[in-house]
Amino acid sequence: MSGIQDWISNEVKTNDVVLFMKGTPAFPQCGFSGQVVQILDYLGVTYKGVNVLEDDDLRQGIKDFSSWSTIPQLYVKGEFVGGCDIVREMFQAQELQQVFADKGIQTGQAAE
Amino acid sequence: MAMAAREIESMIKAALPDARVEIRDLAGDGEHYAATVVSERFRGKSRVQQHRLIYNALKGNMGGQLHALALQTSAPE
Repeated sequence: MSGIQDWISNEVKTNDVVLFMKGTPAFPQCGFSGQVVQILDYLGVTYKGVNVLEDDDLRQGIKDFSSWSTIPQLYVKGEFVGGCDIVREMFQAQELQQVFADKGIQTGQAAE
Repeated sequence: MAMAAREIESMIKAALPDARVEIRDLAGDGEHYAATVVSERFRGKSRVQQHRLIYNALKGNMGGQLHALALQTSAPE
């Protein structure tokens, strides 16, 4: 595997929740990335944001890694969960909360 | 760089002949669409697998010519 694929694979394995996105959690630079950030923040999940805009090899590499052609991409415990539409659908259907529970990911209801 | 709604529809139908496809233009710039696709091919597949079928049908236009395609996929009731 190329350097970038190794790097991505390591990021996905060493962080429970990783969001490959455009921009950063504090400053999303795309509406779709921003929507997933809002969902994760609402659920109070600790996650790592990786800004794909910083490196073109990374921006293409992540699409090759998951054979998924759009950004953002959410990974939980090394598994690709989906992009913005899927994460939002799963959140609305309470399935995303279930995935976190099943995988032992701490969620703190941020908005009490 | 842009795509017309019927171009997207025909590409999806080429890959999923039985699909019922509804395309909504989100921004009028030919790059931001939402699509609702109902096909028997989705039955039993995860959302990621369903959406992959659509992205593959668009043969690499996704993310290039097409900036955003919000997808809603399901098998027929």
